[in-house]
Amino acid sequence: MTSSYILSFVTFGYGLAGFLYLFCWVFHKPRFAILATLALAAAWLGNTASILLRWVESYQMGMGHAPLSNLFESLVFFAWTIALIGLFLEWRYRDRSLGVFTTPLAFLALAYASLSPGISDRIQPLIPALKSNWLIAHVITCFIGYASFAVAVGVSLMYLIRAGASVSPGSLPDRLPPAGLLDELNHRLVLFGLLFLTVGIITGAVWANQAWGRYWGWDPKETWSLITWFIYAALLHFRLMRGWHGKRIAYLAIAGFMAVLFTYFGVNLLPGLHSYGSMSAG
Amino acid sequence: MSEQAKAGGVLGMIWEFFASVRLTVILLLSLAATSVIGTLVPQNESPMAYQQAFGEFLYRLMAALDLFDMYRAWWFQLLIVLLALNIIVCSVERLTALSGILFVRHPVFKIARFQKAKNRQEFSVEAPAADLQARYMAALASQFGYRRVEPQGEGFVIFAEKWRWTRLGVYVVHLSIVVLLVGSLIGSIFGFEGYVNIPENESTDTIRLRFSNQPVTLPFTIRCDDFDVSFYESGAPKEYRSNLAILENGRTVLTKAIVVNDPLRYRGINIFQSSYGQVPHEHEDAEDAAPGEFRLKVTARDSGQAHTLSGAVGDRLNLPDGRGEILLREYVPHLNFGGQDLGPGLNLTLTQPGKEAQEIVLAMRFPNFDKMRGGEFLLAVEGAAPQRFRPGQDSGQRFYTGLQVTRDPGVPVVYAGFACMILGLLVTFFMSHQMVCVEVRVLGAACRVAVAGIANKNRLGMQQKIAQIADRLRAA
Ligand code: HEM
Repeated sequence: MTSSYILSFVTFGYGLAGFLYLFCWVFHKPRFAILATLALAAAWLGNTASILLRWVESYQMGMGHAPLSNLFESLVFFAWTIALIGLFLEWRYRDRSLGVFTTPLAFLALAYASLSPGISDRIQPLIPALKSNWLIAHVITCFIGYASFAVAVGVSLMYLIRAGASVSPGSLPDRLPPAGLLDELNHRLVLFGLLFLTVGIITGAVWANQAWGRYWGWDPKETWSLITWFIYAALLHFRLMRGWHGKRIAYLAIAGFMAVLFTYFGVNLLPGLHSYGSMSAG
Repeated sequence: MSEQAKAGGVLGMIWEFFASVRLTVILLLSLAATSVIGTLVPQNESPMAYQQAFGEFLYRLMAALDLFDMYRAWWFQLLIVLLALNIIVCSVERLTALSGILFVRHPVFKIARFQKAKNRQEFSVEAPAADLQARYMAALASQFGYRRVEPQGEGFVIFAEKWRWTRLGVYVVHLSIVVLLVGSLIGSIFGFEGYVNIPENESTDTIRLRFSNQPVTLPFTIRCDDFDVSFYESGAPKEYRSNLAILENGRTVLTKAIVVNDPLRYRGINIFQSSYGQVPHEHEDAEDAAPGEFRLKVTARDSGQAHTLSGAVGDRLNLPDGRGEILLREYVPHLNFGGQDLGPGLNLTLTQPGKEAQEIVLAMRFPNFDKMRGGEFLLAVEGAAPQRFRPGQDSGQRFYTGLQVTRDPGVPVVYAGFACMILGLLVTFFMSHQMVCVEVRVLGAACRVAVAGIANKNRLGMQQKIAQIADRLRAA
């Protein structure tokens, strides 16, 4: 499959971009950082192409479905969204040091997708329960939300480094964006992520109602997405009503993302009978 | 503080208890933490399965705490009710406090706040104040719905604002949560969720409720005319389709082919394709007989090492490294598990050195079935794919369609809550109440102009906006 072939270049591209950002930051070569941006943009275009191509290929194989139907495809979309948000922030705030902490996330997502033995990159036919436009809306919105939370973790880490102890002028932490901007960015990314997570949970509920006649069934995946929602809602209230800022919010953003990761990967490790397969077939 | 709280007394104390954001955060985090339990302990399985998994003592303890149906346990529901009360009380409290700012014809502006604003910009213009007044009012008109001029000394002040109503967005979000809870309450009081299996060419008007297994009679009869599964080349199921007919007083009023994701809805009752299976035979014939030999996959939990053992019913299989032995006791063609037919199953006895013998049940079609036992070994029967049930493979074999039958009059309310929540979030996150003040003082032949703004959120955005407005006024 050509799309998978392209993806190996894309993975390399994200890795290279991440390395270049890091190099320019550590060795204080801001003029070369444009190379990192170019590598990131090129890899993102390749990522876009691979998604579109995979879509076409699924039709050629007679299965015809949007490439958002399994773990592999969702990770590819996740990486795509992270890179897009990274590029947007860099453009919007004109600061290339932001890329040091966001680009590696896109790389990690793709590397995990292609290297993990448990994840198949084959285009698979859709099982009956997954044939729904609500499902596509669900996956897209959830992953935009997750990507936004992921970037917020990158920004939080930057904040923690930047705001740590005493930062001498010209040192590594000092070459990161100002702490105030990072705190503000973190907040906005969490808001954006929470909006999409909410829409994601809602479209998921509508889909479940269409497929199984119940919009909420407390199955582990649903429950964990709600737990994640509670954590981010709590974060927001700490910030809005109790005036929490900076480090505490950064730690909460990281904790929230742990819940995201668990919703995504951990739930399959939990005991129980339920999975898409058994729900639809049995 | 509201009237109630000031009034003191017990009611006042209760009111104050619910009016706190600290309570909100505590409740949100408690709900998050307790919800985890229900994902670690599988919910609503049969007592037998729990006893097998946890042993007698833990089983009793957990049952007493309602952990096997925890999302409907009183203490979990109580947390939700507290959350709802918290939201309602806070909203009432805040809205009464805000009503003086929100619902007024002529909003009050405090010029001192604008004079202290960090985003304040000043510049001088050589023009008469009266001229500026007309030009500035016109320039602000495109962006601000509300504008008002007040004379000040020889000069004037313009107050303008927009999106005051967006301050209500938060309350829409919060109340949408209450709407969702009301919707789910309506569903749980007036709705039901049940199952029925109908063999091809047969009909029924009685279904069984999930959890309680009680029979419910529908106001119509459902007949299954045909059931069909189609497969992809790989053997994975592609589509389950049931041709159903609805009968009232013996007359067919509706026919529809339902597939997963495309249910039949009639008289507020939804009929979903949910499962299928073979019609059990009256006597054990060849179809229900055990396959001669089973292949059992044994995965050690600690090392992740997997082995495959083979044997027939009655055989004893040795676990690797002398870690015990498994007796294949019995094959059951239709394993009943929590009221559901899980298809073929195996009963085993696991004997390990130094441990009590353990009875284990495996549902052959669900390789993860044994996970919940949490034992040292994960057992699964290999090669028992659902394809065994492929209809039409063998003539004379009859299938039933498994339908989920639900009624939930709360759904429209819940969907309305969803819509409110999304709209409320959009307003809350991306719109703010913006106020600007343009102050013009006359200094001889010239005027000194100051522009400043206040927004209830997004200070950075307001700062940029003020810079823009200042530019535009300079050019006006
Ligand atoms: C389970 C969900 C939620 C509960 C129980 C809850 C509860 C509360 C409470 C009690 C307050 C204090 C109200 C006041 O003093 O005016 C508050 C404030 C606030 N909440 Fe929530 N909230 C929830 C979800 C959300 C969500 C999802 C958002 C996202 C937009 C949100 C946004 C806000 C905002 C912006 C405020 C500040 C309100 C103000 O300044 O007037 N809440 N929330």
